[in-house]
Amino acid sequence: MSEVVRAKPRFGVMRLIDATGYRLPLAGFVSILHRASGMLMFLLLPFILYLLDKSLTSESTFAELQALTSGVFVRLIILALSWAYLHHFCAGVRHLFMDLHYGLNKDAARQSAVSVLVISLALTALVALKLFGVF
Amino acid sequence: MANNNIGPKRLVVGASYGLRDWLAQRVTAIVMALYTIILLGLFLTGKNFNHAGWAGIFAMQWFKLATFSVVVCLLYHAWVGMRDVWMDYVTHNVFVRLVFQVATILWLIACAGYAAQILWRV
Repeated sequence: MSEVVRAKPRFGVMRLIDATGYRLPLAGFVSILHRASGMLMFLLLPFILYLLDKSLTSESTFAELQALTSGVFVRLIILALSWAYLHHFCAGVRHLFMDLHYGLNKDAARQSAVSVLVISLALTALVALKLFGVF
Repeated sequence: MANNNIGPKRLVVGASYGLRDWLAQRVTAIVMALYTIILLGLFLTGKNFNHAGWAGIFAMQWFKLATFSVVVCLLYHAWVGMRDVWMDYVTHNVFVRLVFQVATILWLIACAGYAAQILWRV
């Protein structure tokens, strides 16, 4: 073992805080957002089911849901969840293609990462316009 | 005897659960993606959006069963994902990680129960 390695021993695995020191490539951003969006949906799963519950149970709960989702805060949460779903979906499709060994070289991977960000953000913008009643 | 084993001292066979979970996460992802497209299709081709139309989609038996299958897929998919997150970030204490993992399982099973309750009330 070389002297350099022995001079700086590192025990255990890399901690989360160590990862913040790196500047991520675009594909890295897509990857960490894939994870973050998944965690967000996992945490808010009961809320999503609550919305589904309200929407299905009866005419009156359906009306309650419409009243509930007229609030700006609730709309922002729904928008965040929409982004999470769209990003997770697009990034997931990218991962599936990569599992099949498509687009693995550096340029193609960067290009698909850009596509994921552009498509998911554009669709989220559409949802935002719909949510806030532009069309 | 030919040495087909990895490692000189013992037979390294593994439980294969790494591959199984990896594959299951991808298969469930495809199932959920297809479901999303079907639901969006039914939603967008529906005429005026109201309670009767929306509940009508979920009143169909095949759609209830499809939705429940997707919920179970979600359960497994989210379990593999969250387990990976806890394995990556909660590394200082095995007991704490176990607590997070058990909490994740309970959370997901409870959500699946809630989903079943919602579906079979329609």
